[in-house]
Amino acid sequence: MTASRLATGGSAIDRSRPIRFSFDGATVHGFAGDTIASALLAGDIAVVGRSFKYHRPRGIWGAGVEEPNALVDVGGPRATPNTRATTEPARDGLVAKSVNATPNALADRNAFLDRFSRFIPAAFYYKTFMWPDWHMFEPRIRAMAGLGKVDTDWTSPGTSDQINHHCDVLVVGAGPAGLAAARLAAGTGLSVMLVDDQPKPGGSLGHRAGGIDGKPAAVWVEETVAELTAGGHLILPSTTAFGIYDHNLVGLNQRHPDGRPDTLWRVRPRQIVLATGAIERPLPFANNDLPGILSADAALAYLRRHAVLVGRRIVVATNNDSAYEVAGALAEAGAEVTLVDIRREGMPATPAKVRLIKGRALAAANGKLRVEGVTLDDGTRLDADCVLVSGGWTPTIHLFGQARGKLAWSEARAAFLPGDPVDGIAVVGAAAGAVSLSEVFANSAKAVASFGQTKAAMPRSTGPEATGGITAAWPMPGSKGRIWIDYQNDVTVKDVELAARENFVSVEHLKRYTTLGMATDQGKTSNLPGLALMAGITGRTVPEVGTTTYRPPFTPVPLASFSGARAGELMAPVRRLPLESVHRDSGALFQEYGGWLRPAHYGGRDAGADGAIQYEALRARQSVALFDGSTLGKIEVIGPQVAEFVDFIYYNTMSTLKPGRCRYGFMLSENGVVFDDGVLVRLDEHRFIVSCSSSHVAAVHARLEEWRQDRFGRDAVHIHNATAEMATLTVSGPNARKLLQTLDFGLSLDDADLPHMAIGHGTYAGDEVRIARVSFTGDRSYEISIRADRAEPLWAHLRQAGQAFDATVIGLEALMILRAEKGFIVIGKDTDGTTLPHDLGLEGPRAKRQTEFVGRRSLFTEEASRGDRLQLVGLTVPQGEAPLPTGAHGIRRSDGKLHSQGFVTSSYQSPTLGRPVALGLIERGAARHGEAIEIQHLGKVRTATIAAPCAFDPAGERLHA
Amino acid sequence: MQLFPCPFCGPRDETEFHYGGDAGNARPDGTQVPIDRWANYLYLRSNPKGTAREIWVHMTCGEFFVMDRDTVTHNVLSSATLGGEHVA
Repeated sequence: MTASRLATGGSAIDRSRPIRFSFDGATVHGFAGDTIASALLAGDIAVVGRSFKYHRPRGIWGAGVEEPNALVDVGGPRATPNTRATTEPARDGLVAKSVNATPNALADRNAFLDRFSRFIPAAFYYKTFMWPDWHMFEPRIRAMAGLGKVDTDWTSPGTSDQINHHCDVLVVGAGPAGLAAARLAAGTGLSVMLVDDQPKPGGSLGHRAGGIDGKPAAVWVEETVAELTAGGHLILPSTTAFGIYDHNLVGLNQRHPDGRPDTLWRVRPRQIVLATGAIERPLPFANNDLPGILSADAALAYLRRHAVLVGRRIVVATNNDSAYEVAGALAEAGAEVTLVDIRREGMPATPAKVRLIKGRALAAANGKLRVEGVTLDDGTRLDADCVLVSGGWTPTIHLFGQARGKLAWSEARAAFLPGDPVDGIAVVGAAAGAVSLSEVFANSAKAVASFGQTKAAMPRSTGPEATGGITAAWPMPGSKGRIWIDYQNDVTVKDVELAARENFVSVEHLKRYTTLGMATDQGKTSNLPGLALMAGITGRTVPEVGTTTYRPPFTPVPLASFSGARAGELMAPVRRLPLESVHRDSGALFQEYGGWLRPAHYGGRDAGADGAIQYEALRARQSVALFDGSTLGKIEVIGPQVAEFVDFIYYNTMSTLKPGRCRYGFMLSENGVVFDDGVLVRLDEHRFIVSCSSSHVAAVHARLEEWRQDRFGRDAVHIHNATAEMATLTVSGPNARKLLQTLDFGLSLDDADLPHMAIGHGTYAGDEVRIARVSFTGDRSYEISIRADRAEPLWAHLRQAGQAFDATVIGLEALMILRAEKGFIVIGKDTDGTTLPHDLGLEGPRAKRQTEFVGRRSLFTEEASRGDRLQLVGLTVPQGEAPLPTGAHGIRRSDGKLHSQGFVTSSYQSPTLGRPVALGLIERGAARHGEAIEIQHLGKVRTATIAAPCAFDPAGERLHA
Repeated sequence: MQLFPCPFCGPRDETEFHYGGDAGNARPDGTQVPIDRWANYLYLRSNPKGTAREIWVHMTCGEFFVMDRDTVTHNVLSSATLGGEHVA
């Protein structure tokens, strides 16, 4: 053994609060402040998962967001697959399971796959499983490869909050650079928001040596945080800035220690300071993915934050200065440390108790389930229970890249650094290539200088200063053994070489062919080594190969954060009737129709839905029906030029309408297609009400506004959508007038005073009511509009008075039957995106109108004048047959084939006629009344007869009965 | 998420806006308009790379306006009411 918890130390842990959790069924002990990873390391659990493709044993690599290996599925109420063990706090009672391992990480039954690895290189799926059909193989491959599993039984414990926030300066990253920038920015009087993905601010100061302003770094961090908090600035720990979007909108995901669902922040800062640090890279050598091989910086973090010593006999391999502090600290903590540096000169002083081997690199790691030693490039073998590597530092410039920032290659740092600045974004600290604290602070001060004069003093580095010496050590083509580039997606040097051989040399092709950088870690440790290798293979420089495009999110964000409250009923909220609860009490069954929740029918639990609908439709014709038509559009158009306006909007001439009268008409789109139909009411000379289809109100309103503003001007017409203000209660049937006469509206209901297609004004219980005699049923009908909040007493009164007439409440389904019996159309059901007004039998305005209207020119095209257009017809079938299926096609046979000549648009059983009724759009239909037509549906052919659309009371006598 | 300046309401999230078409796509009136001209008006859009002059509507206030913006950088250059009375 080997990794262990030290008796003292650990700035992040609280030894007075021990915790226990389960990993792969075994109990793991830790302390509050541990991550899952630090507790697993303290328990010397080396194998924590299996790799994506080859099921190789994998251990913890890092101590932060870059972690490629240590993914676990966390169970319980906050169940999340593929959680990084290095960032997830260990909590008492937590249940974690390794990924892609059966039954567990240590004894995985698919481990044999690794022995076949030479047969399954990059893209082997595409080459191997082509015949006979990829889908034959896919389920088994998917079961064997991949990472975490989604718990399909999981239900959300709550809703994620979403917060919109504004601030002057958003600083991302609370390490030395971010804290300094935040403090200096606060000193200018600007409001500052500081976010960091760690539970505590400080960044590298939490485990790297340093002194600031004469104090230990930890003290300076505490003082700076206290100062910012006192100044009213917002500091959010455990919060990841995952994306920069257009116009510098920043997305943050905040995790809560108390287990609440995460919070999504949308922040609009004036200035963004990216102090996002840098991520340590691996070194290339054979078997560099064995458990027990860690990032050197991570080992230092585990030592100083969690008091975990990662090994007893440690080899530290490096190509740069940063590993020297690690080697010294581990030796100081009691480990036997050998430092292997590829450089021969220019290194920092060798730390005490550390054995240095210079000018050498690792050739291979040895061991099966965990590392047992290394072989150097001169063949020397060293025993080790832990190998730490530092291949240099990759600045975390993901957010800068997302904001379309261009990168510049730095040979001295062997890394891409931020290039030309992006408006409103400054990059500071290690993300900008700074190494020493002095350099970091100077860098932050320079960035903040443009924000204004600051009262805060620039921090001074008063401790040991880091140095940034490095000699690049990229993976080389032709290397021996299996050298991992991308741990999480199992991409090796050989896979990149294969991609190059097959000419996938562009960095974007390389990525997609090998899946390099495509895993949940998005290649945070692997991208740069991968493209440097491609550069080496193809004889290009690293900047010539370039990077792939940076896209959000930086780290995975729960979908629940993005959906927030917009789930379930709130995903697309329905519009509701003012009388909804009254209808529910009457036994209404509700359905959504065009965004409105409306009664489909009343009762019917015993008779079944069809029985209830037939009953309602039959009774409506016999005496009188009550119907809630409140959803009908009621858009008022008012103004001096309103008559000209409605003439332009409608296909029909409307300016000739007399005040107090109504007229039915079409609105067209500019391409001539019928967009909406409805009744226009003229209240007075300069005031109309546009009644449009329930589901079309918003769209009609928008069109009216567009034409008003574009063609007429704001002084000519005013538009007001009053749909929601008024409830409309419809009374329809032979006894409609008799029923209404039992109520006192203070107006005459005589046909001479209120004929069909006229309106009257009255009052009910002191409120104004508007009564319109328009009919969608073909029977005498009155639509009574009243303030929505006063509709309930009127509805109750109508129902009570209706008892004497055996009145029936009807839902929308019965209304659909009544209107279909009459041949009345529903736009979008009996018409489609090619239906012109003359296809529906309304030829007059096209032939006669002399004034301009929307869609006019489109009615005179070759297409609009074709003789074989689909036209609205009725379709009848013999009594006793079932209704035609809606959508069935009328067919014509020629050359032994079937050709469509239109289709059924509406079809119902009519209880009044005792036979089915149907409407359809049929080729040349208007001239074919009486002709038989074959109707085909799902291979079955029936015969129907083409008829006029109106099947009931064609003379329209019932309107006046 | 882009910020668009409504000349009436000031800067708002792009989700509050709808695209209304190319600016300057004047409607030709009458039944005698040549069919090509009418088809251009109905269907042909310039879709420029770079600076574009467009009509947008701010749905929350209902007002249409003209906006100049760059379709490559997404920079908004200016916006104004249809009559040019107000500029944002």
